[in-house]
Amino acid sequence: MTAMLETRGLRAFYGDFQALFGVDIAVAKGETVAIIGANGAGKTSLMRAISGILASEPGMIVYRDEPIGALAAPDVLARGIAMVPEGRRLFPSLSVEENLLIGAYRRNGEGPWTLESVYELFPILRERRNNPATALSGGQQQMVAIGRALMSNPDVLLCDEISLGLAPVVVRDIYAAFPRIRQTGASIVIVEQDIAQALKVATQVYCLMEGRVTLSGHPEALTREQIHQAYFGAPRHEHH
Amino acid sequence: MSIIDTIVQGVLLGGLYALFAAGLSLVFGIMRLVNLAHGDLIVLAAFLILLLSSALGLNPFFAALIAAPLMFVAGWALQYFVLNRTLGNDVLPPLLVTFGISTVLQNGLLEAFSADSRRVSIGALEGASTGLGPLNVGLMPLITFLSALTVIFGLNQLIYRTALGRAFRATSDDIVTAGLMGIRPQRIFAVATGLAMVVVTIAALYLGTRANFDPTSGPSRLIYAFEAVIIGGLGSLWGTLAGGVILGVAQTLGAAVNPEWQILAGHLAFLAVLVIKPRGLFPRAVD
Ligand SMILES: Nc1ncnc2c1ncn2[C@@H]1O[C@H](COP(=O)(O)OP(=O)(O)OP(=O)(O)O)[C@@H](O)[C@H]1O
Ligand SMILES: [Mg+2]
Repeated sequence: MTAMLETRGLRAFYGDFQALFGVDIAVAKGETVAIIGANGAGKTSLMRAISGILASEPGMIVYRDEPIGALAAPDVLARGIAMVPEGRRLFPSLSVEENLLIGAYRRNGEGPWTLESVYELFPILRERRNNPATALSGGQQQMVAIGRALMSNPDVLLCDEISLGLAPVVVRDIYAAFPRIRQTGASIVIVEQDIAQALKVATQVYCLMEGRVTLSGHPEALTREQIHQAYFGAPRHEHH
Repeated sequence: MSIIDTIVQGVLLGGLYALFAAGLSLVFGIMRLVNLAHGDLIVLAAFLILLLSSALGLNPFFAALIAAPLMFVAGWALQYFVLNRTLGNDVLPPLLVTFGISTVLQNGLLEAFSADSRRVSIGALEGASTGLGPLNVGLMPLITFLSALTVIFGLNQLIYRTALGRAFRATSDDIVTAGLMGIRPQRIFAVATGLAMVVVTIAALYLGTRANFDPTSGPSRLIYAFEAVIIGGLGSLWGTLAGGVILGVAQTLGAAVNPEWQILAGHLAFLAVLVIKPRGLFPRAVD
């Protein structure tokens, strides 16, 4: 399978602090990739680098054979890569519907996603369309954040910790939308702390630790021991 | 009749102050930038209208129509090439840079137009009045006030009803996430300042036709604009109109008691509002 999106030796910095040390991941068209790893492993930094918020060098991120590592966020979005950022980051001055509409500010051509189809995906949002986005429950806000990213009709959807802080039933509702998103042919990259959830939806898993990929493979091919060691950096029995 | 008359004059004067302030309020609301050159930019636009109307013999309203797009481009470029570089977590650089621009503008205008005070002539409209119920009000003050209403209504429609306005609000909320939506904040800011300069041109038309102005008239207009914005509450355009009206009424009431008290009464009203409601009358809920 040829990759649609790749990072090649990706390094990223916050000032002098280095967060990523040569990360290689590959995402094929239509594939769902999961990034797992402990707190501070660099998962969000990886998402921020791909989406253009965190600077890197041109060739460190390649999308459809084009080096995009040095592009700013609006240019990355214009190429069809949209992000659901960590912590949802809804716009508090905008209503639910306006948050969705702003996602279409720079549309990536024609595509399946419109207000109507997002409301079909998450019917509760239609009822709450005129509420301020921040007046919604956490799960509903996460639906807005996902819908907002979809409104740009992305070819790659990056999701950073969409289940964080949500009740299991709510997480199930949100992940129930994924098959429909996958049907559009979009590739999906999810960052998950919930390993079981990640293994369930992904076709490829990468584990990060301290800014490096410590393990990668198909979910069925990975053992719990391997994952545990890649996640915590120590064999299972030694960990407390 | 005289007290009502005075209050009505004050309300109409408040329209002028609201026009001074609306551009400042718009820019502050979107990018938290305080432009200390705002008053001087009003004076610059007034000279531009004067130049167009005297040199080309144009009607001042028509001259303003030509000046507005020129001022839009100037504002766009000023923001994009200069002020955007000063924005960040530190509030000092934009203040220093706009203070510098203020000085440069004043001296540039002095050089170009001398220190003489000028006025834009509006012919028969000058001193014309019209009946408003039992009252007799000046036609130009009335037109000024109606213009202020129109400008503030129009800006609100733009901000709350259009895609550009959504982008303004989103960028104001969270500049990083706005970038993820494909919004280029630098351009959004440039458009906002360009729009503010269109409002500045409208303000300049009424400033220049109402009274004399000279290259040093800017800072006092800036103060009135500031006071109107702060009385109304930062970021609220209707609040800015209310702030302008309160300032205008306080000034005319003060002047009615003693002509020397006009300016002082305005400042006292401003201080009184600050003491009672430090965040202004209509502060934005989200901040
Ligand atoms: N804005 C920042 N400035 C400086 N250092 C940062 C910044 N953001 C993250 N870091 C550091 O970069 C490293 C990677 O952080 P990152 O947020 O990418 O981790 P993460 O895997 O997403 O963690 P979590 O699971 O807690 O979200 C951490 O050591 C973190 O302290
Ligand atoms: Mg994170």
